[in-house]
Amino acid sequence: MKRVILLMTVLCMAVGLYAQTTVEFWHAMTGKNGEMVQAICDQFNASQKDYKVVPVYKGSYSDTMNAGIAAFRAGQPPAIIQVYEVGTATMMAAKNAIKPVYQLMAENNMKWDPKIYIPTIRSYYSTSDGRMLSMPFNSSTAVMYYNKDAFRKAGLDPEKPPATWPEFFEVAKKLKASGMEGGFTTNWISWIQLENFSAWHNLPFGTRSNGFDGLDTKLVFNSPIHVRHFQNIYDLSKTGVFIYGGRENKANPLFTSGRVGMHFESIGGYGNMKATCKFDFGVARLPYYPDVPGAPQNSIIGGASLWVFNGKSKAEYKAVAEFFNFISQPETQAFWHMNTGYLPITQAAYDLTKSKGYYKDNPGLEVAIKQLLNKAPTANSMGIRFGNFNIIREIEDQTWEDILAGKISVKDGLDKMVSEGNKTLREFEKLYK
Amino acid sequence: MAKQYEFKAPVLPYILVLPQMVIVFIFFFWPAAQAVLQSFYLQDPFGGKMIFVGFQNYSKLLVDPDYWQSFSVSTAFALCITISAMTIALFLAIQANKKIRFASFYKTMLVWPYAVSTLVAGVIWLFLFNPNVGVIAYVLKHTFHVDWQYLLHFDQAFFLLTMAASWKQLAYNFVFFLAGLQSVPATLIEAAAIDGAGATKRFWKIIFPLLSPTTFYLLVMNLVYGFFETFPIVHSITQGAPGKSTGILVYKVWRDGVINLDLGSSAAQSVILMLMVIILTIFQFRFIERRVTY
Repeated sequence: MKRVILLMTVLCMAVGLYAQTTVEFWHAMTGKNGEMVQAICDQFNASQKDYKVVPVYKGSYSDTMNAGIAAFRAGQPPAIIQVYEVGTATMMAAKNAIKPVYQLMAENNMKWDPKIYIPTIRSYYSTSDGRMLSMPFNSSTAVMYYNKDAFRKAGLDPEKPPATWPEFFEVAKKLKASGMEGGFTTNWISWIQLENFSAWHNLPFGTRSNGFDGLDTKLVFNSPIHVRHFQNIYDLSKTGVFIYGGRENKANPLFTSGRVGMHFESIGGYGNMKATCKFDFGVARLPYYPDVPGAPQNSIIGGASLWVFNGKSKAEYKAVAEFFNFISQPETQAFWHMNTGYLPITQAAYDLTKSKGYYKDNPGLEVAIKQLLNKAPTANSMGIRFGNFNIIREIEDQTWEDILAGKISVKDGLDKMVSEGNKTLREFEKLYK
Repeated sequence: MAKQYEFKAPVLPYILVLPQMVIVFIFFFWPAAQAVLQSFYLQDPFGGKMIFVGFQNYSKLLVDPDYWQSFSVSTAFALCITISAMTIALFLAIQANKKIRFASFYKTMLVWPYAVSTLVAGVIWLFLFNPNVGVIAYVLKHTFHVDWQYLLHFDQAFFLLTMAASWKQLAYNFVFFLAGLQSVPATLIEAAAIDGAGATKRFWKIIFPLLSPTTFYLLVMNLVYGFFETFPIVHSITQGAPGKSTGILVYKVWRDGVINLDLGSSAAQSVILMLMVIILTIFQFRFIERRVTY
């Protein structure tokens, strides 16, 4: 009997000690970024005693999303999951699976104002009437990187990167003429040269405010300006001024090994560039065509946001709400921003970083933020929201390769991307109508 | 006189095979049944909505020229791997079977690649031939001035994939051919030599026919490998590029299901692949039992 009582006492004590609510946070951050996720969670856990957030690395973005889907179907989802931008429309459409962030914050009586987030970041994850569905986390945008040493060698001013596309192409030719293997390359053909290109020129990428206003949206990125831009790049590929480096971020080595002088890549890759480039490099805004009215507008974001799964307990939701509140604090954001290169998601965090003088040594990061804040976002530059977006990007990648290989003309290629992409949009619409 | 043991209680044998059956059921039959079921639906990934569409997932595939393109490139790929991996392995096995110095060293070296996982094999070839970072790609470009860019040229991509996949399979074929060669009775070869048959004749008239069970077994294994197990090589080297020209069937199943979350179509594709494996297996057993003499 005594033993039983002892056991009971010990058990009660154990329960008392662990009355803390624990929630899991599934993410896809590796290396330094993964360490920083852990650091932020540790900071949150140390800041109070009632809640504990446990970060769990689940592989690549698509692995993480699939793990989340499988866990939800098995009835065991984590509370928080990080989902990349192309999964946004899929998550939004899965109304049974998610708890919108605005609702979460209201239910837990948090003092929370969505206006603190940078407009272009906020709008990307909100409904068109402004209700925020997921919590922005790691946001980036596309910028131009250029090799300052190569600029000097070619007799160009390294502090004056080309601002417009016509200037850019001239500089690219000069870089090649100076002895480089090629002038420029680019990552993420869809995200940078189509999505960001459209927003930056205030052109629609798709109808219905780039998909924000409904599932009955159509792609329209085959306008004469888009065709002209792709024709220019294609023509330069013939003379070796443009070198194709592969899909996603696979073109990086062409730039970091000094084979081309200019490159387009996410600002999220800034840390990596700093670590691998053995030359002096600079970050500049995306070029624009000066004859397009309204250009430059503002660039759009990429990266990922945090979604909350449905069907959790009240205590767990309270923990998530507190955690979201914590990661939105200027100090947390500034810490994240300075350590990863991802953008600060609030204006206050940007101001805080600036007051610390951080941009004096890292002007590249500020270029990206300024580009994002360049003008108040329009219907064309709030962001992109399409179902089956992964398939659409894949079609764009594939067709771009066919264009470069000379299998299809630039105009026909862009028309094909649009028509095939629209087919997959109709399937998505059919499923979720 | 073979000894046969008969179980007295009729229940015991069933109990003994039960664990195996449970494993087979849970890990093979159950998922296969799920795939068949899912192939008749259009569904959102979270399982919130399932629309029954009958055979639409299948009919869409069958009229899709991309699917047939993927089918024909898969077939060509499997055939090329089989032919190159088998002929080279046979040649090497014959050489290694001769009485030469360091024979066991050569054998060990030739078997070695089999220990490499398919994914790692793909990555090794990627680092040699990738136009951005590859060592051999650099030499090709700068020393021989070859326009090496397999990300845009299908023939280069196909050649590279075949080479990588064949290299990986070579060791496996080599072991079997070597074992097959060693079991050819030396007396037969000597007798033929005394009768005046030259080396070529001895090979085609005696050794090759006696190797036929091994050859046939390897043929089936290589085709299965080429069709179904080369996924990691494609995944690491080309990801289906240029365009979608090297997106073989297994790669497409994964891509459409896991990345693009089109579960209905992916399920339909895997059911078609399952049928293909079943047909290949039936063919193998029938053929081995009837035609090939041991």
